[in-house]
Amino acid sequence: MEAEIKASAPGLGGRSWLRLGSMREAGLIAIMLALCIAMTFASPHFLTWGNFRAMLMSFSIEGIVVVGMTILLIVGGIDLSVGSVVCFSMVVSGALFLMGLDPWTASLIGIGASALVGAAMGFFVTVIGLNHFITSLAAMVIVRGLCLVITKGTPLSLFTLPPGFKAIGQGSFGNVPYVIVIFVVVVAIFDFLLRRATAFRKVFYTGSNEKAAQFSGIKTKQVKFWVTVLCSTLAGFAGVIYMSRFGAATPTFGAGMELNIIAAAVIGGASLNGGSGTIFGAILGMALLSVVTSSLILLDVSVYWQDMIKGCILLAAVSIDHFLHRRKS
Amino acid sequence: MTAAAILEIRDISKSFGAIKALTGVDFTLQRGEIHALCGENGAGKSTLMNIIAGIVKPDEGAIRLEGKNVTITSPSAAQRLGIGLVHQEIALCQDATVAENILMAAVNNRRAPLMNFRRLYADAQKIMDLLAPIPVETPVADLSISNQQLVEIAKALTLECRVLMLDEPTAALTETEARRLFAIVRDLKARGISIIYISHRMAEIFSLCDRVTVFRDGRYVATDSIASVTPNDVVRKMVGREITQLYPQKLSPERRTDRPVLSVENLSYRQGSAGVGFTLRAGEILGIGGLIGAGRSEMVQTVCGLRPKVSGSVELNGEPVSIRTYSDAVRAGLVYLSEDRKASGLFLDLSVASNISALDLRKLTTPLGLLDRRAEAKQATDLVVRHGVRMGGIETQVSTLSGGNQQKVAIARLLSVGPKVVILDEPTRGVDVGAKVEIHRLLRDLAERGVGVIVISSELPELIGLSDRVLVIREGAIVGELGADELTEEAIMLLASGLRQQRSNARQVQNVA
Repeated sequence: MEAEIKASAPGLGGRSWLRLGSMREAGLIAIMLALCIAMTFASPHFLTWGNFRAMLMSFSIEGIVVVGMTILLIVGGIDLSVGSVVCFSMVVSGALFLMGLDPWTASLIGIGASALVGAAMGFFVTVIGLNHFITSLAAMVIVRGLCLVITKGTPLSLFTLPPGFKAIGQGSFGNVPYVIVIFVVVVAIFDFLLRRATAFRKVFYTGSNEKAAQFSGIKTKQVKFWVTVLCSTLAGFAGVIYMSRFGAATPTFGAGMELNIIAAAVIGGASLNGGSGTIFGAILGMALLSVVTSSLILLDVSVYWQDMIKGCILLAAVSIDHFLHRRKS
Repeated sequence: MTAAAILEIRDISKSFGAIKALTGVDFTLQRGEIHALCGENGAGKSTLMNIIAGIVKPDEGAIRLEGKNVTITSPSAAQRLGIGLVHQEIALCQDATVAENILMAAVNNRRAPLMNFRRLYADAQKIMDLLAPIPVETPVADLSISNQQLVEIAKALTLECRVLMLDEPTAALTETEARRLFAIVRDLKARGISIIYISHRMAEIFSLCDRVTVFRDGRYVATDSIASVTPNDVVRKMVGREITQLYPQKLSPERRTDRPVLSVENLSYRQGSAGVGFTLRAGEILGIGGLIGAGRSEMVQTVCGLRPKVSGSVELNGEPVSIRTYSDAVRAGLVYLSEDRKASGLFLDLSVASNISALDLRKLTTPLGLLDRRAEAKQATDLVVRHGVRMGGIETQVSTLSGGNQQKVAIARLLSVGPKVVILDEPTRGVDVGAKVEIHRLLRDLAERGVGVIVISSELPELIGLSDRVLVIREGAIVGELGADELTEEAIMLLASGLRQQRSNARQVQNVA
């Protein structure tokens, strides 16, 4: 008995949630590979660096938002306001830039303002005691309203942004855009921290069983508050990158983005009940949705079909997961 | 024999995947008897109940009801045959009325588009009155747990019920509530209903039942008339080995000391209530008894900083400690095991190792803020090996373990911090006999090594068998203290129910002064 335990022990200290997840991740990779192989035959444009770069670009900025959402889902929360907050960050930074501030300071203030939105939601959730869904639904609408107020409803044109700042969203290291580099770095950092950092272990405890976490001396309200702030901050960060990429701030940008992001995290294995999920899985979920979208475009499928197909993928992924979990118990 | 049998189970087998839950079991229920079904967790009792109630289909074997072969395909088929099952856990719609809960199946099958509430209330009241005069228009959420339990029973009873199965009906009840339930069960028996009664508690079985059948590892072991066996016989058959002593040896008088490990003074945890005080001495196990809702859990949770206190001071080994949050308590060496391990004890979907680490993450954190997984694995392995947790490995998900092993993991978490005092709230609730004995031994062992042990239990035999001294709580106050030689169920109940007042408030007054 003892030997058996010892044998399984080394190096496994903090990865319990990974083991379940790794099956899911392997499945997602397999589906994606199959899709890629099929597409290679179906379209000559699929297997080109240009197409892959386009796909990566399309989800790397959203991918930063997915990171925050996944952590928030693990703690048992949800944030419907991320799309609005991405836009808010763009609009605030853009407006400050147009008022004469340098774009870097303006961006930092934009990200700070996003964090404040998160802090406000965190306050309503942990101090007042509302749930994440309703709080963030309200925030979604309020923040979107703020965007419209700030811009008076018209897009801010930011073509005067200095080239140094535009480079974040538009430049590249040789063939690899900076955006993709930033995305990979953010994902790597948070994936590592989520698996290894003590602070993030508390996120799993809180999401798995909040009462038990309290009875282990974990300040669960603090944990929930800071994760809410983190999610909004990452959305704000993504907003600034979008601004650099587009050279504009549109007050309607990001509407509906939250659904795509939640779908990606859930396809990647995050549970809406909290307690489980991985960054890697969520990014794979995002990638799968992106490969599908790209395939549909290459196959000349009408854009009107795309949302419907994405919805079906979400439903299929969650059903398979539910079936696997039920089989296990 | 067979002539009087109402329900006969012959050679029933059932597998779930690779696991054989039942292997060719037999069981005979006589008309009008209360028949106890015993076995450790996993022995197959619940599977058999689920088969009889039509929830699970057997792989092979026959069920005969009043001599006729029947196939029970669904719970509603079982109900039509007059078979009712009361599940272990209360599963009622809390916001609906008692009547809507009792007649849920009838409402569901109703063809008419609108509800006839007058008829519904009248029919439900007829069934409810068989048990207790609970008004059926009341929402379930407004009832006490014991009354909710009665509603569960009413739901299983139909007016033509012949066989009633009760799966650990007293698990969530206090002693008085349980006694009320026994009277009702006897009354149902007198009405000619045959009852299958599942319980872990020997005292209940021996006072209530006529015969007892024991299952072990999915197999039938024996059926005996209660009059012809002793509790020890039954336990021996359940675990398949001799358990010489159900409870560990108590603290011998010569080893008794007056050295206090924990002293609590003038502790007030409800606004306006008088302060309570007690002392835990080295080497002893201090039991805390009282009815559910008497304030036992609140009292110890306040001591541990899990609830805000109005006033009071705590000393550990003679040194005053300031406890404002549970983290303060843990740092001082005072730990608490919550009474409901599913709701507030364990992280069921996380691994054994991470469950054990939760109480003191700081110890396992490297200077960079990362978790030292090697240290975590070592700690978990040491503790589970020492406490004989049976499982695949420390990465096993806790939800896959049996109740007893889950509880050992929860206790291992407390011990991971090297505590000076452990306070356990219902440490053996829902735990099978074998694991129960092991947990009791572990607690005695801790006490002998100088760790202060306080146990709250609603199960009187456990409280009496385990404790060296018992404090009885009623309405938030300590109303009595019983030494080892005064410990009887009667003495505890008299104090807990307020029929006797042993300890004047002198000591509490003294503490205030």
